[in-house]
Amino acid sequence: MTARFRPGERVRVRADWPEVGGVRVHLRTPGYLRGRVGAVERAHGDYANPEKLAFGKPGFPKRTLYMVRFDQRDLWPRGEAPDGTLVADIFDHWLEPATTEQTHD
Amino acid sequence: MRAMHDLGGVEALLGEKIDRSEHELTHFDRSVDALMYLLSHPSRRIIRVDELRRAIESLTPEQYEDLNYYEKWLQAIHDLLIEKDVLDAEEIMLKVAEIRADAAGAA
Repeated sequence: MTARFRPGERVRVRADWPEVGGVRVHLRTPGYLRGRVGAVERAHGDYANPEKLAFGKPGFPKRTLYMVRFDQRDLWPRGEAPDGTLVADIFDHWLEPATTEQTHD
Repeated sequence: MRAMHDLGGVEALLGEKIDRSEHELTHFDRSVDALMYLLSHPSRRIIRVDELRRAIESLTPEQYEDLNYYEKWLQAIHDLLIEKDVLDAEEIMLKVAEIRADAAGAA
């Protein structure tokens, strides 16, 4: 799988909540990042999908894992380090290209 | 709505003190860690770490609140071994009763 996003590209974390509704899921995308926009730092490579590994499946297709950098001011309304950044590893299927007209949630 | 383990930035918890002190690992903690190491070893791969995490996230809210870190691991390992038909619940109960009886006899 070729990396879909290049370093520096703005991406939005999908504002999906698959854990709501009683379906058993295992997710690696923390709630505080859903719907937020960050910039791709780099692609780590392709990995078996932990959302499937968690249920005893082989985890295919593999998914590209990205390091994404977020501005803390976008994450924590009353944070103590508004000028800081936060990096998180997010799988490809949780990311979409960020366009300017979209807003949070 | 957040799952019970997904606590980053949850408003209700803002201002709650985080315990940053180091904890000495107990014999129990080390034993559970060793058990998971053996079960997840590539030569067996009976439980993957992703499955362990999923099983911990599937504990009841009461278990999640009451159990400590490695007790959560042990409960999850227990649940997964039953789910995967490696052991069954009755087998485990019988073995626990046997160990308890031995310990009582030795005391």
